[in-house]
Amino acid sequence: MSTPATTDIKPAPAAPPPIEKIKIKVDGREIEVPKMMPDWQGKPQPTTMLQACQLAAQEVPHYCYHPKLPIAGNCRMCLVEFGTPAMGPDRKPVLNEDGSSKIAKSVLPYEPGTPRGAIACATPISPGMEIYPNSPATKQMREAVLESLLINHPLDCPICDQAGECKLQEYSVEHGQSQSHFVEAKVHKPKAVDLGPRIVLDDERCILCTRCIRFTKDIAGDDALGIVNRGSYSTIAAWKEGAFDNNYTLNTVDLCPVGALTSKDFRFQMRVWFMKETKSLCTSCGTGCNVIVGSREEKVYRYEPRQNDAVNSTWMCDSGRLNYKWINRDDRLKDVVVRGQKSTWAAALKEISEKLAKAASGSVAVLASARQTNEELYLLSKLAKKLGAVTDSVPRVGEGDKLLVSADKNSNTNGAKLTGIASAEMGSNLKKIADGIRSGAIKTLVVFGEDVTKHGIGADLLAKLETIIVSDILPNATTATAHILLPGCAHAEKRGSFTNVKGRVQKFMKAVEPKGDARSEWEVLHELVHNVTGQNGFSSIEGLFNQMAKEVPAFAGLEWAKLGDTGVTVPI
Amino acid sequence: MIVKRANLSFWERLYLPALLSGLQVTWRHFSRTFFAGKKVTMEYPEQKWVVPEGYRGAPYLVRDQSGDTKCVSCQLCEFVCPPKAIKIIPPGSSGKPAERANAEKMPAEFEINMLRCIFCGFCQEVCPEEAIFLQRDYSLTGLSRGEMIYDKEKLLALGGTHAGVQKWKHKLDEAKEQETFPVKG
Repeated sequence: MSTPATTDIKPAPAAPPPIEKIKIKVDGREIEVPKMMPDWQGKPQPTTMLQACQLAAQEVPHYCYHPKLPIAGNCRMCLVEFGTPAMGPDRKPVLNEDGSSKIAKSVLPYEPGTPRGAIACATPISPGMEIYPNSPATKQMREAVLESLLINHPLDCPICDQAGECKLQEYSVEHGQSQSHFVEAKVHKPKAVDLGPRIVLDDERCILCTRCIRFTKDIAGDDALGIVNRGSYSTIAAWKEGAFDNNYTLNTVDLCPVGALTSKDFRFQMRVWFMKETKSLCTSCGTGCNVIVGSREEKVYRYEPRQNDAVNSTWMCDSGRLNYKWINRDDRLKDVVVRGQKSTWAAALKEISEKLAKAASGSVAVLASARQTNEELYLLSKLAKKLGAVTDSVPRVGEGDKLLVSADKNSNTNGAKLTGIASAEMGSNLKKIADGIRSGAIKTLVVFGEDVTKHGIGADLLAKLETIIVSDILPNATTATAHILLPGCAHAEKRGSFTNVKGRVQKFMKAVEPKGDARSEWEVLHELVHNVTGQNGFSSIEGLFNQMAKEVPAFAGLEWAKLGDTGVTVPI
Repeated sequence: MIVKRANLSFWERLYLPALLSGLQVTWRHFSRTFFAGKKVTMEYPEQKWVVPEGYRGAPYLVRDQSGDTKCVSCQLCEFVCPPKAIKIIPPGSSGKPAERANAEKMPAEFEINMLRCIFCGFCQEVCPEEAIFLQRDYSLTGLSRGEMIYDKEKLLALGGTHAGVQKWKHKLDEAKEQETFPVKG
C-alpha cells in the first residue's frame, strides 16, 4: 500500500516520473489529487483525507496533526464524515440509475443509521471517495470533540499568554458550542510548572495532543518529555524536573496549540494581538533561519520561526530566538559623533567624502563585518575598489549542531566573500592591515560593525591612524577611539539581504524604526559611494539589490522581487 | 409651491392675546421660584449634581471584597479603547506576583489619560474580570496634562470596591478541595 508510485518507472534524469492521481470528491466538488504525498520527513506516503481537503481549499480543524511531525491521531479534532463507492457481492461497484457509482457513507457498524467519522489526518484516500468536511454530521462531531477537550480546561484566557493565537479559542468560536453538558467541578492540575530553563507548563490548559513530545523526540532528538498519570489526571512531564533543556525547547511553545507550554522569556510581556509581525531573518549564525519579528511601539518582543523548507523547515534554535534583546538596549549608539562632538549626518558625510576622495591609493583599509548585508558589503567593496583599499572581514567559528545551528557565527560570510570584501581565506588580510598601519602606509581605517581591537589591531595601532571611521550598533573599544562615529541599524531596523552558508540569498524587512539618529548603513554608503566615486546608484533597496545582481557575477540573474519570502539559492 | 395663507380671525389678528398666553409660562416659573422659593438651579461648583445610577462617568479600577486588585492585565480594554486612552504595562516574567492567589498576573502599571477618554464604556463592557467600571465622576480637572493621566494607584483609590464573583478564589478553593482524598462532588 505504501509502495511509492514511482518504483515501476525507470528513473529518467531529464523528465520527472508522472504523478499518479486519484479522483475524489470533497464537499461535493470533484478534484484530482496525487496518490502519494510527502509525509513529515518528505517521504512519499498515501495522501490523507486532510491533505486532500487542504488541496481542495477546505480547512479541516486539527490539534495534534502537524505537517512536520509524525502523525499521532489522538486529538480527534479532524474527524470528518466520508463515503466510499459501494461494492456489490460480485465485487463490482453498485451504480446509481444515472450510471454514477453509489456512495456508501461510513456508519457505525452496530447502528447503521449513525454516521461514523474518521480522523482526516491519518486516513488515506481511495479512488471515488467522497469527503464531507461541512456536513451536519461532521459539524456535530467537531462540537462534541471540542466540548470534550474543554471538560477540564480552566478557561483562564485573561491571564494566558496564548490568548489571541490559541487554536482552542479559534476552533471554539468557529466550530464549538457555547454550552457544555458538564456540571461537575473541573479537575485541577498543577499550574506554572517549571519544565526547563525556558519553558513553563500549565497542565490544566494542556489538551494532550503530544506535539511537544513528538517534536523533542523525533526532531530535536532529546526524548525528554512524556505523559504521566492516567485519564483526566494525565499530565505532560519532563523525565526530571526542569530537565527539558535542549537548544530547541522553545519550538514546543510554537507547536503547542493551546497555552500549556509558554516561553519564560515572553511570559506576561505583551498580548499577541498588539504584535506587528515582520518577515525577517535570524542573524545569530550562518544558517539564516527565517523568522517573524514581533514588535509593538518600536520595541522588539520576540522572534518566531517562519516556514522555509529550504532552510529551517518550521523550527529555530533557542539561542537564536532569544538573541534579540540587544536591539532594545539602552546603550545603543544613537548620535553621529565627530571627534567627540555630537554632529550631523550631513557634516560627517561631507567630511568623510572629502577625506576619502583625497586619500592616496592604498592608504585606506576597509574592515567590514560579515554580519552586514549583501548590499552594504557590495557598496563597501565598490568604495574600496575606487580607493585601492585593503579589505577584509572577521571570521567567527563556533560550535554547530546537526539540526540548525551552523559553526559559522557570521550571518553573511558568503555575502562577504561573493562581494569581494573578504579575502579568499577570511581574516588573512587582518595582519596585512595591522602591518600597514604599523609601517604608516595605511592612514585611514574604515570599520563597519566590528571591534578591531579584538582582532589584532590594538589601541596602539589605532592611535597611529590619521582617521578612523567607524559605524557600529553598540559601543565597544573601537567606537571609543573613532574620529568619526556613525550610528548603525540592527537588521530589524532596515531592509536588506543575507547569503547563508549554503548560498541562499534571503531578504529581510524592517520591523522597527532606528534608534536616535541612526540610519541604515546602505543609505549612508550609497551617499558616500556617490560622493567618492562620482557614480550614481540607486537610493532604494530594490534598485540597489538589482544593480548589485548585475555587477556581482555570483548574484547574476537575481532580482529583489524574485527573492520572494524564502529566498533563492546561488552557487558558492 | 405656493402655500395658501390661512385666514386669521379678528382675535388672532390682535396678536397680543397670543403673546400674553406665552408669557403665562414665564410668569408661572417666576412666581414659583420668587414667591414660593422653589429653586431649580444649583450653585454648581459648591453644590454638585448627583448623577443617576448607570451614568457613564470616569472609568476607575475596582478591588474585590478581599481588597485585591481585580485587573489581571489582559489588556483587552487597551485594545478596545477607541481613543487609545488606556496604557497598560504588563508585569513581564520577572514582575511582582499578583496580589490575589491563583491568578498569576496583574498590571505593573495601568494608566488612563482622562483627557483622551471619551467615556464610551467599551472598557467596562469588554473586561472579563469586572475590574473596570465607569463611575459617577463627571467633572475631572487638573492643572497640567500630566495630572490628567491617572495611574494605577489613583484609579484604584477612586474606584473603591466591587463585590462580585471571585472566580480565581473560587478556582483555588476548588483545587484545594481536590487535594483531599476521596475527591468530593
